[in-house]
Amino acid sequence: MDYILSGLIQALELLFQGDPETFSAVKTTVLASSLSVAASMAIGTPVGFWLGYVPFPGRRPARVVVDTLLSLPTVVIGLLCYAFMTHRGPLGDWGLLFTLPGMAVGQTILGLPIVIAMTATAVESLDQRLKQTLITLGADRRQILLTSLWEARFSLALAGAAAYGRIVSEVGISMMIGGNIKWHTRTITTAIALETGKGQFATGIALGLILMTVALLVNLAMTGLKRMSGT
Amino acid sequence: MTRRGICAFMGAMVLLMACALSASAEDALMMATTTSTDNTGLLDVLAPKFQEDTGIELKWTAVGTGKALEMGKNCDVDVLLVHAPAAEKAYVAAGYGKDRTEVMYNDFVIIGPPDDPAGVKGLPVVEAMKKMANEKAHFTSRGDNSGTNKKEISLWKKAGMEVPDKEAWYVQTGQGMIATIHVATEKGAYTMTDRGTFIKFEDTHGGNPPLAILAEGDPVLFNQYSALAVNPERCPNARYELARTFTEWITSKDIQAFIGDFKLLGKTLFTPNAK
Repeated sequence: MDYILSGLIQALELLFQGDPETFSAVKTTVLASSLSVAASMAIGTPVGFWLGYVPFPGRRPARVVVDTLLSLPTVVIGLLCYAFMTHRGPLGDWGLLFTLPGMAVGQTILGLPIVIAMTATAVESLDQRLKQTLITLGADRRQILLTSLWEARFSLALAGAAAYGRIVSEVGISMMIGGNIKWHTRTITTAIALETGKGQFATGIALGLILMTVALLVNLAMTGLKRMSGT
Repeated sequence: MTRRGICAFMGAMVLLMACALSASAEDALMMATTTSTDNTGLLDVLAPKFQEDTGIELKWTAVGTGKALEMGKNCDVDVLLVHAPAAEKAYVAAGYGKDRTEVMYNDFVIIGPPDDPAGVKGLPVVEAMKKMANEKAHFTSRGDNSGTNKKEISLWKKAGMEVPDKEAWYVQTGQGMIATIHVATEKGAYTMTDRGTFIKFEDTHGGNPPLAILAEGDPVLFNQYSALAVNPERCPNARYELARTFTEWITSKDIQAFIGDFKLLGKTLFTPNAK
């Protein structure tokens, strides 16, 4: 039991005394997850829109595939990415293994199905009159895309938050692609795995609390953005 | 959140990406090593010293010896610091690595509950293995093809039996050494560990660990750590010169003495033995 209490005390110490190792892990976590959430959103929203808006043959099976990919385990993504990124793999020359961009690529694969599925659902549930009005007003394709996404912006923000939550808390991809390298690719979650492996449970709990603090700050920032965009 | 806001956000992301890429481009030595050198904290003190002495940054990823060798085969790392002499020699013979250099050693010990339900205390290690199997005493194994796991498997064979893979009393954790010791603690089981990691475990428990050393001191329990460079003829991207610098550095007189002075609870974790 005393692990939990000493973990709490240690978390405060690590944060307020500015422990450089902890801050390096926080920085890596925030950097990698921001990159991958941005990439997931940039790729995922147009695909999700297309999937939810345009009727095409094979749309239903495509939805099933995306929904299934929601349960893609992180270790499998990590393993597949490793197979591609290792120096003997097809993308070996890109030197992505053991780097932060490499981790972000893997995490983008993790975030994409979430963004696509939630965007598609959001676009499907938009008022059908919106589409008709836009067409009547002579909107072109790009305008229809942007206006529909704008109308669905709160659902998209939710999709981003969900993807962020999944990405920031994953450990499999960071461990396999990043390699848990001190000062470089050690994230908060891989640091927790390491501290647990070392038997330093209190430090592990402290890092867990720090991760939750980071997540809280991100969500507060999202709420701020939502307020700025007007309800 | 207007269009300008979105543009600013995208700009920030591009900047972030550029930062991340430039940070990864710098030159450094990439090492794959075992959990024992990392979990004990040895590398945390060696890496800054290496950078100070040579100006080269040491990056390491801590995995079992089996996976470390595999990473070398795939040309993902430049140098290895591992402890499975037989596998290392085969590795060099197959052309995957070169310049195998012995660095330091410690020894393996059998640990278990202090009240020793199977009665193996003080026995030669092969006898202890036989007795644990006969008594069906709970035993936790790494089960991850690490150097420690390879040694444990060889000991079951020396005791004249197959690895008790399917026995109910034999548990494979698939995790690192300290995690495996913790499983053994929870189950009141026996396990085998290198002495360095056990001292670290003792230190974490304030010198009063829940498991005790029961069998030790047999020549077969000798645990040699060696450095290997990844063969640059197979892996043109491997930084062979840096790997050589590392090997020369870690076998130098000063660093050997430094390793010998790395102590917890006043006990030496690794004894230097470079020739």
